[in-house]
Amino acid sequence: MSVLSTFNSSTAAFFAGVKSALTSVFVLVLMGTYIGIGALAHDFGLASWWLALSTVLVWAAPAQVILISALGAGAALFEVAIAVTLSAIRLFPMVVALLPLLRGGNARLRDLLLPTHFTSVSMWVESLRLLPALPQEWRIAFCNGLSVGYMGTAVVFGFVGYYLAAGLPPLFAGTLLFLTPLSFLISTARNAHMMVDKVALVFGLVLGPVLTAMHVDLDLMWTGVVGGTLAYAVHRLREAAT
Amino acid sequence: MNAVLAELWPYLALLLVGFLPNEIWRLLGLVLARGLNEDSEIVIWSRAVATAILAGVIAKLILYSTGSLATIPLPVRVAAAVCGFLAFLVMRRSVFAGVAVGEAVLLLGGFLFAH
Repeated sequence: MSVLSTFNSSTAAFFAGVKSALTSVFVLVLMGTYIGIGALAHDFGLASWWLALSTVLVWAAPAQVILISALGAGAALFEVAIAVTLSAIRLFPMVVALLPLLRGGNARLRDLLLPTHFTSVSMWVESLRLLPALPQEWRIAFCNGLSVGYMGTAVVFGFVGYYLAAGLPPLFAGTLLFLTPLSFLISTARNAHMMVDKVALVFGLVLGPVLTAMHVDLDLMWTGVVGGTLAYAVHRLREAAT
Repeated sequence: MNAVLAELWPYLALLLVGFLPNEIWRLLGLVLARGLNEDSEIVIWSRAVATAILAGVIAKLILYSTGSLATIPLPVRVAAAVCGFLAFLVMRRSVFAGVAVGEAVLLLGGFLFAH
């Protein structure tokens, strides 16, 4: 990794970032995730370019899955917006934790706009790991390169999943569609380090389908607010008990 | 006019209910980026809400499947998710192992029982 700190231009730092993205393990995760999301977008009747644009603009796989499945199922726009925004709150503390690494020296606010937009789980984990070893002046360029590498991979494999789902026999297309719920189920369980996250996962898995079966309005919002708050209450009770 | 609107509608929806409600939290982070602890209570609560909402979507995609996934019977889909999850737990919490086993069970079950 010491090679990384020897750039002599921001262009070199940018391409070092791209290279770092394409050789990291996250690129495999992104390929699988976006093949699944591409199949999902096809299944819900959205255009492939719509999907590519949503990857560039939203750049958060959970929000995109919620957006595609809710819009495709004809949910009320208000409900979709609430569900997307509730899923996106986690971006706030991520940006807060990332910016001090980029801000040093004489970074201007507008230079921070791109890294702020690019903030997502994969980029965030890698930035926090790699940036501290780099000279302050090249960090923003490196971070942008890293993000462009990840985002480019996601856009390309979104198209791959979309057209595979369109062309494959139903059984194989169904297998691609299953990638999204399966990989999100398992990776969410893996990321749930605290008990409160595991409890929230279980409550959400149960409440989501139950509220849908009961035809509750704004079922996604209630799944999040009720399931998440109950999990948080369990967490507080356990803390109080110890 | 209506045809144009119908064509542009999904893109307008993407901006209004996809991009904006998502991006607002990043911009708030940029503007208010002064010390918020990863372990603060509000962060723990908001992560629980986000986890529950995503879990709800996951369960709905598996139980109330549409399109080509719906041609694979419900018990096969549930069995595949359960097997994948168990494989993840057994094989040292490997996401790859869990996904591979889940997909293999789905493919096999679908091959045997698809409508």
